Amino acid sequence: MAASPAIQIAPKLLAPAESQVDFGARPPGTRSEPPVANARLALLLFMATETMLFAGLMGIFVVFRVGSRAWPPVGQPYLPIAVTWINTAILMASGWTMWRAAAANRRSAGAHIGTDLSATFALGSLFLAVQGFEWVRLIHHGLTLSSSVYGGTFYILIGLHALHVIGAVGWLAVVMRGVSRGRYAPASSQAVGLCGMYWGYVCALWLVLFWLAYLM
Amino acid sequence: MSETAAVGAHAHGAHAEHHELGFIRTYVFSTDHKMIGRQFLFMGLFMMILGGLLALLVRWQLAWPESEVPFTQWIPEPHMYAGHMDAAAYNSFFTMHATIMIFFVVMPILVGAFGNFLIPLMIGTRDMAFPLLNMLSFWIALFSGFIMLAGFCIPGETHAASGWTAYSPLAAVPAFTGVNAGQNLWCISLIVLGISSLMGSINYITTIINMRAPGMGFFRLPLTIWALFIVAILLLLALPVLTGALAMLLFDRMAGTSFFQPAGGGEPLLWQHLFWFFGHPEVYILILPAMGIASDILSVFSRKPIFGYRAMAFSMIGIAFLSWIVWGHHMFQSGMNPALGTTFMISTMVIAVPSAIKTFNWLGTLWGGNIIFSVPMLNALAFVSMFVIGGLSGIYMASTPVDIFIHDTYFIVAHIHYVVFGGSVFGIFAAVYFWFPKMFGRMMNETLGKIHFWPTFLAFNGTFFPMHILGIGGHMRRIYNPLQYDFLKPMQPINVFITVSALCLGVAQIPFVINFFWSLFAGKKATINPWNANTLEWDAPSPPPHGNFGEIPTVYRGPYEYSSPLVPEDFLPQSRKLAPEVSARASH
Ligand code: HEM
Ligand SMILES: [Cu+2]
Repeated sequence: MAASPAIQIAPKLLAPAESQVDFGARPPGTRSEPPVANARLALLLFMATETMLFAGLMGIFVVFRVGSRAWPPVGQPYLPIAVTWINTAILMASGWTMWRAAAANRRSAGAHIGTDLSATFALGSLFLAVQGFEWVRLIHHGLTLSSSVYGGTFYILIGLHALHVIGAVGWLAVVMRGVSRGRYAPASSQAVGLCGMYWGYVCALWLVLFWLAYLM
Repeated sequence: MSETAAVGAHAHGAHAEHHELGFIRTYVFSTDHKMIGRQFLFMGLFMMILGGLLALLVRWQLAWPESEVPFTQWIPEPHMYAGHMDAAAYNSFFTMHATIMIFFVVMPILVGAFGNFLIPLMIGTRDMAFPLLNMLSFWIALFSGFIMLAGFCIPGETHAASGWTAYSPLAAVPAFTGVNAGQNLWCISLIVLGISSLMGSINYITTIINMRAPGMGFFRLPLTIWALFIVAILLLLALPVLTGALAMLLFDRMAGTSFFQPAGGGEPLLWQHLFWFFGHPEVYILILPAMGIASDILSVFSRKPIFGYRAMAFSMIGIAFLSWIVWGHHMFQSGMNPALGTTFMISTMVIAVPSAIKTFNWLGTLWGGNIIFSVPMLNALAFVSMFVIGGLSGIYMASTPVDIFIHDTYFIVAHIHYVVFGGSVFGIFAAVYFWFPKMFGRMMNETLGKIHFWPTFLAFNGTFFPMHILGIGGHMRRIYNPLQYDFLKPMQPINVFITVSALCLGVAQIPFVINFFWSLFAGKKATINPWNANTLEWDAPSPPPHGNFGEIPTVYRGPYEYSSPLVPEDFLPQSRKLAPEVSARASH
């Protein structure tokens, strides 16, 4: 390809000099680690997706809630607020024990975090059990998925959150097994830290849902 | 392999077993981003044939309603009745045409195939951040394709038939379309595809943020990578909304809920809001990668830096951001509050600004360039010009008073196709011709490429331009027999003309298929950098081996330094280090 003399490129449009390093670049010749590790970034992105998923469903809920004359509709039961307050406290306690475990893990790799993790696991399972118990009673009182949009949105929102807690409990079980076998020591922070992050997300999500579905 | 190259290669984790990988691990369950990219490409091209044939069926019916369609006697009932279709079959055909083209052709090829193939190569790394997840994302996408195709095989029933937008209550109540299992499979398939895209997006974003070669800053990324990065973010945030809505639609259909059915206290408009909250960003998911690809190709074959690089990147960000807040322009006729309609109208028109910036920058890139009319370049030029027409007709539709007149007419169909065929598909062709040497190590034939391009370009315009006229004449879309309406009868010759052009368009793809497969096995062997391009993928051998680069390249400059006065050659690769004096001269 013959170089064409047809164009003259103004000097200021020229390539930046090689010493200038562009925004976000690792300088040539270095092997510095990126500020956020791959797995952590991936989990953050996953949580962003989940947030959009729940935002859509919450949007549906709000449309029905605001648009209906009576909430709950005539003949449909009220949600059990007192029990759920207690259950919320249980979940928040699990968030606290998880936070303790993650903090200890951050301070020193291989720290003894077994009790905190077990407590988290137990509290998370308790939360699920109480909710399952609540659902059985609600169904007896005539609140089902197809009884009304009130029932439908309730089970979809709260049920989807419950699925997330089940997932988080399962993940925690895997992490606990790894910890008990000393698999992550000395660099234990990643596995425990990520699981803790997700646990925190699920707890925070619950607060929003609790307010929206039960209190609003 | 030199000593350093060998060391570099072994730093790569999965490298040791590279030579022992058997057929299955190399070609089927591969975790190599390049193989996954090729797999996506084959899947998309296969589906393109299917989607194209469905379009031709639809067109035949519109030109010669109730006549027998040639070569279709073998299609069983209720899809066809001895070569004839009825209204239900017609509904199902155009629904599946659109679904397949959007979700199983353009997305798998532009995002799946070229995203996978190009991202690690163009940013200078050995593979995606999560290769295993990447492999899963392909297999899940393929699985979702099987679920979609399974919908054609349900005895006694056509496939989904509520349009690709699946408006409720049409889509929610089986009795309305006469389709039950087909529509369920349609929903399930798209939910599964959403999971696959989620995995892909997480991979793309993580890879681009964390794994760029030393010196590769954000403003040294090729615009293709910028586009794919933005698209991955759009997918990550838009698809879950659709997934949630689809799940609720499935509940409506299968579990007795009535979220979207007024009969049970539901809200059909809710579906439209959720669908288009995803659907509008989706159309940019289809077009942005093509924009990036065209930018790269225009620069290479004009032998000039892309005009206004940063403006190009920022206008893509602007388009992506705006695409979130304009979904209501699909719902002007739904009875929404007029003030809201005006808001959506204005925000939609604002998208014209970044789009115009891009268009003028493409023209600026061509201006005074040393243009080489290779086949990739011809397709990229077709992309730009057809995108302009599609964008202009979009402005009419964005305007509420005009939209009331042209809503749901063939004007919309014309617009869709100028954007998705004139835009995305010409982008696909440009990309295939341009990167074929890197993907398969062989060149495609230029003459056959031109025999493919020119008839495609002409027949494309012959097919879709007259649709504007039909639309303004009031020809509704999604009707099965135009001759049922007296006022449409005078326009029937236009329908015939369109269908003949569409058949030509179909025939014009034969040289492409021949060229593709012939070049795959017998094309001229490609050199490392056959187009004298600057970006990093041209530093790797053609085709690149497992691990891509012997040694990870270092990046010294942006991707578009063509005809730089610093060097005698008319190109200056991103990874080439200049002597210190030359480099110092550049900084003044
Ligand atoms: C040979 C090329 C093609 C032809 C002849 C063709 C023809 C058609 C026809 C006749 C319709 C039905 C219009 C109606 O009845 O409303 C249609 C709809 C559509 N097509 Fe195509 N098409 C082609 C390529 C494509 C491509 C490449 C894409 C996307 C990537 C695409 C996307 C769509 C969409 C989104 C619809 C709307 C369907 C609906 O109304 O639900 N088409 N096309
Ligand atoms: Cu739109």
